[in-house]
Amino acid sequence: MASTAPAFVHTLPAPFAPVPLADADSLPPHPVPELITQGAEALVYRTHFLTTSTLCALKYRPKKSYRHPTLDARLTKGRILAEARVLVRCRKEGLAVPAVMGADWEAGWLATEWIDGQTIRAYLDDYLHGIDDANVVAEQQEELMELMARVGESVGKMHEIGIVHGDLTTSNLMLRPKNKSGRESSAYTNRDLEGDVVIIDFGLAVQSIQDEDKAVDLYVLERAFGSTHPQAENLFPEVLRAYGESHKGAKVVLKRLEDVRLRGRKKSMLG
Amino acid sequence: MADGTTLQLPHLASHPVHISLFADVANAPFLRQQLLEGNSAFEYAFLDASTIISVNHVLAAVFRAVNDLLHGRLKSRNVHSEIVFSLSPNNNIAESFRRFGISDTTRTLLAIKVLNSPATDPIPDPSSHLATHVQGQRVPFNDATLALTAEIPRVRKIYKLDSGGDAGGRKGKGGKGQPNGAMAANSTIKEMEAVILGIMAVKGS
Repeated sequence: MASTAPAFVHTLPAPFAPVPLADADSLPPHPVPELITQGAEALVYRTHFLTTSTLCALKYRPKKSYRHPTLDARLTKGRILAEARVLVRCRKEGLAVPAVMGADWEAGWLATEWIDGQTIRAYLDDYLHGIDDANVVAEQQEELMELMARVGESVGKMHEIGIVHGDLTTSNLMLRPKNKSGRESSAYTNRDLEGDVVIIDFGLAVQSIQDEDKAVDLYVLERAFGSTHPQAENLFPEVLRAYGESHKGAKVVLKRLEDVRLRGRKKSMLG
Repeated sequence: MADGTTLQLPHLASHPVHISLFADVANAPFLRQQLLEGNSAFEYAFLDASTIISVNHVLAAVFRAVNDLLHGRLKSRNVHSEIVFSLSPNNNIAESFRRFGISDTTRTLLAIKVLNSPATDPIPDPSSHLATHVQGQRVPFNDATLALTAEIPRVRKIYKLDSGGDAGGRKGKGGKGQPNGAMAANSTIKEMEAVILGIMAVKGS
């Protein structure tokens, strides 16, 4: 029970905090949140929410002691609510994103639906790992292109409803397998690239109708493809192709992307 | 006859929750009157189940109410009225009671009691207390029963799920290519739940 619970780097706020020792015996087993990942602003835990059979991702933004308490509270509240509102908006419009299950901006947490599966980045890494094997490539190529098209469609749909992600990388795109059993990693022979592309981590997302913002979103994703998967260069054009056909304003954004690419190169000169 | 359910929400083990669902309730005006009079023997959240679509829908409201209780920031009289208020998409308490609370015409009733301190509780066994005072038939509290009693169009209207030109036809990417049978209807309720929980979570900001 509580005595065997792992020590937390950060202590989660109530009610997710570990049960105090004095109460531990009188209460039934307490699901202990498991730390999954940590970013600059937040920690992400996996735990249960509402029922013991419902997994959730708990995003906790700890208090920053170097900030004035009033400012800290205001920033935390603003960021949690901004992310939650964008997620609700996306979900309402039918875009595959994690559903919001609960939030407490005073305590600093946001509970969202747990997404099974892996990041697109992991899939690409697997694919590139097997790129020496010509047979595997041929087999995977078509499936992978199809996956890239779905990525383009999803990003297109997100932009269509007026959401700009702000940190669009292959790590923030997930593939949720069709059948729930497909949580296996590595072994690329066993891969199944079917399923829904789910966009995650809307911590930097904004609601915007500016083509410029959308183009920068695509530019960031292009750079993410280029830097983490240099051998996968031929994949990104397929993302853009599908994006271009995804909604009415997409072609204009692609045009704008060309400007952003040029400016991106000149960035250092402009300071 | 089913007994009602007493469950512990994950992370809120200190506050077990009793939930009973009754169909064909005949004395809703009497039960509502007990709440209006503030009868301390009827410390319940009495919900009209027609606006509840699933187990998680109501558990999310309970979680929010108990969590707000723990943090000392209830917006209404007590944790039970707060459960009703938590279901609402806006901050109008009176409206939340009209939409989600028991009315004189309620036929399907969801009775909820938060058992925060069993030792001092005036009703140690809400299950039999409810059985004595609610004239109705106890039915299992689960998704299948709630799906039958929910008035989906009304719920969609309350949470404005059809605003923004999306009539719901595009919902559920997973349903792509599947025939529109029983599966599709179920995924729609799941999808509604996903959006509704979010709307409930961000309200009051």
